[in-house]
Amino acid sequence: MTDAPGSVDTRLPEQETVAEFDSSHKSTFHRLLGFLQATPSAIPLFVLITAIIVFGILNGHRFFSPFALTLILQQVAIVGIVAVAQSLVILTAGIDLSVGAIAVMSSVIMGKFTFDLGMPPELAVLCGLATGLFFGTANGLLVAYVKLPPFIVTLGMWQIVLAANFLYSGSVVIRSEEIAQRAPILQFFGRTIEVGGAIFTYGVILLLLLVLLMSYILSQTAWGRHVYAVGDDPDAAELSGVKVKATLVSVYAIGGLICAFAGWALIGRLGSVSPQAGQLANIESVTAVVIGGISLFGGRGSVAGTLFGALIVGVFTLGLRLLGADVQWTYLLIGALIIFAVTIDQTIRKVSL
Amino acid sequence: MTSPILTARKLNKRYGRVVAMEDCDFDLLPGEILAVIGDNGAGKSTLIKALSGALRPDSGEIRLDGKLVHFSSPIQAREHGIETVYQTLALSPALTIADNIFMGREIRKPGIMGSLFRQLDKKKMQDFARNKLSELGLMTIQNIAQTVETLSGGQRQGVAVARAAAFGTNVVILDEPTAALGVKESRKVLDLIKTVKSKGIPIILISHNMPHVFEVADRIHVHRLGKRLCVIDPKDYTMSDAVALMTGAMAPPDQEVAA
Repeated sequence: MTDAPGSVDTRLPEQETVAEFDSSHKSTFHRLLGFLQATPSAIPLFVLITAIIVFGILNGHRFFSPFALTLILQQVAIVGIVAVAQSLVILTAGIDLSVGAIAVMSSVIMGKFTFDLGMPPELAVLCGLATGLFFGTANGLLVAYVKLPPFIVTLGMWQIVLAANFLYSGSVVIRSEEIAQRAPILQFFGRTIEVGGAIFTYGVILLLLLVLLMSYILSQTAWGRHVYAVGDDPDAAELSGVKVKATLVSVYAIGGLICAFAGWALIGRLGSVSPQAGQLANIESVTAVVIGGISLFGGRGSVAGTLFGALIVGVFTLGLRLLGADVQWTYLLIGALIIFAVTIDQTIRKVSL
Repeated sequence: MTSPILTARKLNKRYGRVVAMEDCDFDLLPGEILAVIGDNGAGKSTLIKALSGALRPDSGEIRLDGKLVHFSSPIQAREHGIETVYQTLALSPALTIADNIFMGREIRKPGIMGSLFRQLDKKKMQDFARNKLSELGLMTIQNIAQTVETLSGGQRQGVAVARAAAFGTNVVILDEPTAALGVKESRKVLDLIKTVKSKGIPIILISHNMPHVFEVADRIHVHRLGKRLCVIDPKDYTMSDAVALMTGAMAPPDQEVAA
């Protein structure tokens, strides 16, 4: 390309340029919205800190202790991991209703392959992870290539995987003692590290590492940028040279794999392999994602927000339980938070700055 | 006579029984702004899609710099240095200006951070984006990391044109760049088009706006009934002549159209 930078200035005096990126006239309100647009996890973080402080004051040391606070982490670990998978999918303007079913199916495969087929547990774990990857990929192919709506694809997959799970397992639980004796690796994520009263399970550490890893991938790699672009405007992304279909398939596939890890961590949390577990993980993960500030319309939000969203649910649950409140109060408040979060999202998206 | 940079010969495209292109020819000379005009349904967007790789013609040949090329996707056309600014702009509103300029061709950091950890070199991309925007007179950017949705229509057009000009080493195709803009912003975009031309990049401009076409175009390709009717020099014809040619009210001049 020939460059003639000198000719530019004469042609376009600076005050008449096409792009004037002037923000000095913005009102405080607009600046706040701009900040929230750039940092969508700010609100959930604020809500989380406020909730911790309020419940800390109301409950005193019973709540505001390393033990109780890390207990919250343990309680949200499984939903949090599943919610990371859900975040990826929702960032592409999709939704995955099959996440919980895939997690449970993967855990059942790990257990059954070890105890029924007599596989080495390590190999059974790999098979379980492959199961999650398989169902996730199937979702992705149906969404990207058959062009079915993600809601429908994953609604169907949810039923299929759940039914397959019950048919295959006969709804039989593999008991904790048996696993501890013969295949302790299945309970790997149930192991704990204790630091001065704070108890971290390996499952919690998996969640935190996963959030860090995904935050890095989404913000620092081309693939991550493509996930946002696909969610923002798939046609624009395609014309810009993004392989939209491949990106979609990879998102659902990685989502499935993460769910399989959640299934593994679920065994650690329960001790046993239970085909009945994780029934609400799909709805709870969507809740965490939405409260975490990720837009259901795609292209906006961060996994850090998702972690905050999951923790908010955890803090409300434990805080209210310690107060002796009816558990329905938790659902009521979480429901209000969901609506509040989506209202904020709509406001941010509609205001042109 | 200079040889054309981009030519098409006898392009055909049918959709069922509808003939969108019939033995269509096309020539773009180096360094020129060639306007493509035609009535609605004349098939000019089919022609442009064929040139930009968005569709494959049923038959015919496209040559870039004399070499035969076959594009099966816009990405392939891009790899040959043909960049298109679509009417929709193809920008992701929630992403930053720099993200958008480099969408699909991101630069990774050198060394292990780039090769193993796939980390993007955001600083390099932002510097490049800033340079390109200022080269095109789209300066006064305080924040290259601001999102595209915070920009006005004209500014967005500017970003899309800058992206095309930055990578379009051979040809930049502009599809109705002023259609969605007001008078003042159109003015700026027309100036921008001239600036891109001054950098030696030939431009194909598709537009319905005759004053705009006559202001910036060196030659005008009149498209009618799926083929090139004629190529006229805007200095020799009036706008109403052009419209008459487009609509068939005037017979094309008897000329040798091929460059």
